[in-house]
Amino acid sequence: MSLNDKREELERKAHAYVGKDSGIEVGPDPVNEVMIRQLCEVINDQNPVYVDDAAAKANGFDGIITPPAALQMWTMPGARPPWDLTDEEKEIVGNRQSISKDVELNALFAEYGYTGVVGTDQEEEYIRPVRPGEKITAHLFIDHISEQKATALGLGYFITVRRVYKNQDGEEVATSTFRVLRYQAPAQPAAQAADAPQASAKPKRLKPPMGHDNSWWWDAVENDQFLIQSCKSCNTLRHPPRPMCGKCQSLDWEGVEASGNGTIYSYTVMHHPKFPGFDYPFVTAVIELEEGTRIVSNVVDCDPLAVHVGMPVELTIQKPDGELKLPLFRPVA
Amino acid sequence: MTISLKDRAAIAGIGQTEYSKNSGRSELQLAAECVKAAIADAGLRPSDIDGMTTFTLDTNDEIEVARAVGIGDLSFFSRVNFGGGAAIGVMLQAAMAVATGVAKNVVVYRAFNERSGHRYSKGIAEGIVTADLIHWSWYLPFGLLTPASWVAMFTQRYMHEYGCKPSDLAQVAISTRKHAVNNPNAFFYGKELTMDDYMSSRLIADPLRLFDCCQESDGGAACVVTSVEHAKDLPHPPAVIRGVAQAAAADQENMTSFYRPSISHLPEMDLVAQQVYQMSGLGPDDVDAAIIYDAFTPIVLWQLESFGFCGRGEGKDFVKDGNLEVGGRLPCNTNGGQLSEAYIHGMNGVNEGVRLIRGKSLNQPAKNDHVLVTGGVGVPTSGMILGKL
Repeated sequence: MSLNDKREELERKAHAYVGKDSGIEVGPDPVNEVMIRQLCEVINDQNPVYVDDAAAKANGFDGIITPPAALQMWTMPGARPPWDLTDEEKEIVGNRQSISKDVELNALFAEYGYTGVVGTDQEEEYIRPVRPGEKITAHLFIDHISEQKATALGLGYFITVRRVYKNQDGEEVATSTFRVLRYQAPAQPAAQAADAPQASAKPKRLKPPMGHDNSWWWDAVENDQFLIQSCKSCNTLRHPPRPMCGKCQSLDWEGVEASGNGTIYSYTVMHHPKFPGFDYPFVTAVIELEEGTRIVSNVVDCDPLAVHVGMPVELTIQKPDGELKLPLFRPVA
Repeated sequence: MTISLKDRAAIAGIGQTEYSKNSGRSELQLAAECVKAAIADAGLRPSDIDGMTTFTLDTNDEIEVARAVGIGDLSFFSRVNFGGGAAIGVMLQAAMAVATGVAKNVVVYRAFNERSGHRYSKGIAEGIVTADLIHWSWYLPFGLLTPASWVAMFTQRYMHEYGCKPSDLAQVAISTRKHAVNNPNAFFYGKELTMDDYMSSRLIADPLRLFDCCQESDGGAACVVTSVEHAKDLPHPPAVIRGVAQAAAADQENMTSFYRPSISHLPEMDLVAQQVYQMSGLGPDDVDAAIIYDAFTPIVLWQLESFGFCGRGEGKDFVKDGNLEVGGRLPCNTNGGQLSEAYIHGMNGVNEGVRLIRGKSLNQPAKNDHVLVTGGVGVPTSGMILGKL
């Protein structure tokens, strides 16, 4: 099935939910003073009309009311799977397995790869205060599903869900409109590693850019050879390689094999900032080769603190990131 | 040189934006703002400008800035390569243009969002698009990617050869910070730096610590160069360019000249010093104050040696005893430098050099007949001596 076909299939299935009664959400407890007080303590809401009967009456209510913005709390299933209902709840929702179609719709999007979810906005309207003793239920409607949108998070759909809050007598007390974005979340690194060889999880070093003047040297390293450019006319060695001899202006040159022995001329221990492919701290040094040219490389297989100017080192060709072959140096044993 | 530039050109106006960590506007706007301010400070109108020069690295084309500011016809425009090394190279361009009559009034500028946009400390890993690529290929795979790491390589060798210690580098940072403390435009305004602060700061590229490195800043700085004769008629006392020069030296690489017989001094800055002194007829004893390019602390030591304020390897001793502070032998980076005011690629230093000549620095030394201003280090570079009319 092509990507387009899959997309059409998802949209067809999803749009079947739009505009229909999509179930009921119900919690285990009626509105009660104990939970209101605990909620207000937790969020440090000091409005007395939620906890003090006299203060509530002084403000024109019939007694303590529940914070309106917390209405949805009374319809949440608690720490139970949404289908694990009490007998009383089953009576309310009519013994349905899944309380709300919202859950089904989320599962549908996840099945098609839209696993990411983020709330975007919410609007609420309060019709009248809700008081202890009332049993609140939320009646869901999937109001709208947008066309596919390209967002900063990824391709996705905006889903608008309307909830109508009612009490035990079917009286409407509030409504809310909640919009979420369901998007194609990028695969997690861990998930990629499961399909790929272990080594590829390690970040790679930046590869040397290649051109006429340097690729021959790197090709040699790939074949475990360590070369110095030598002028064919005056035999002057030069590094880094250049197309012309600075001494006699000859364009003829060859790569000659170097011993790989040298001493540290200068060095730095790198701490910050951190680039991929390196274990910090590490040593980068100017090595003076016994042939007389100098080269920048890393000093490995030793404690960075032990490195010093004048330290004798020898060549070791390694793949520090498991991929790129590099001529490195280590202290002479 | 058959035509001397001595006393032929002068800086008549300076301008700048605020320096920050996030300018919140385009680099072009920063350029336009500082150019406009410099022209106004010179007592000129944008239509009086007929020459423009900036750094190769500047993203603001001369013609874009000219259109934005309302500058009309240009008879001269040019750019100087090599990062901060261009700081005084652009002054040479302007001075030559003015001295030869190619342009009457040249505006020099540099503006960038180096902090909130592309940060140099992020290394050369991104955005390299030139033949430079091959040069960098010798450093990329070995993790030698940032300006701090390149300078650290020279520093380690210098310290090894001359017995320079971290506490010597700290002297530069501490002296410079003292100036920033008095400068409301400086990032470190009112914030002193102690030896303990320095020693406890984190390592960036050993031996360089955090406070050996300049900041990263957004901002723009500009100045107007015109003939000395014209400058006399303008509002401010002119800062006359007594000597100005650019130089690249043998075996020069862009920040990685590790292959010369010696890497513990700066042949290109030696060459700048030689030319600037020759052109001006002045010597180190005539220089009363200096703006020494200070992207990193050790490079100040090497430049003091290049310009003959002390002998080779003696920079570490010269910076002691408050010699870089007001009242010392060579008050240096009186704006707080790039270490403590802002890193505007040396152009904020040019402006401070002009203020020193005008007698208007916030850390003004008593004697200000001649002020040395230098460009960046590790690259082909530049320098000039400013004097009074």
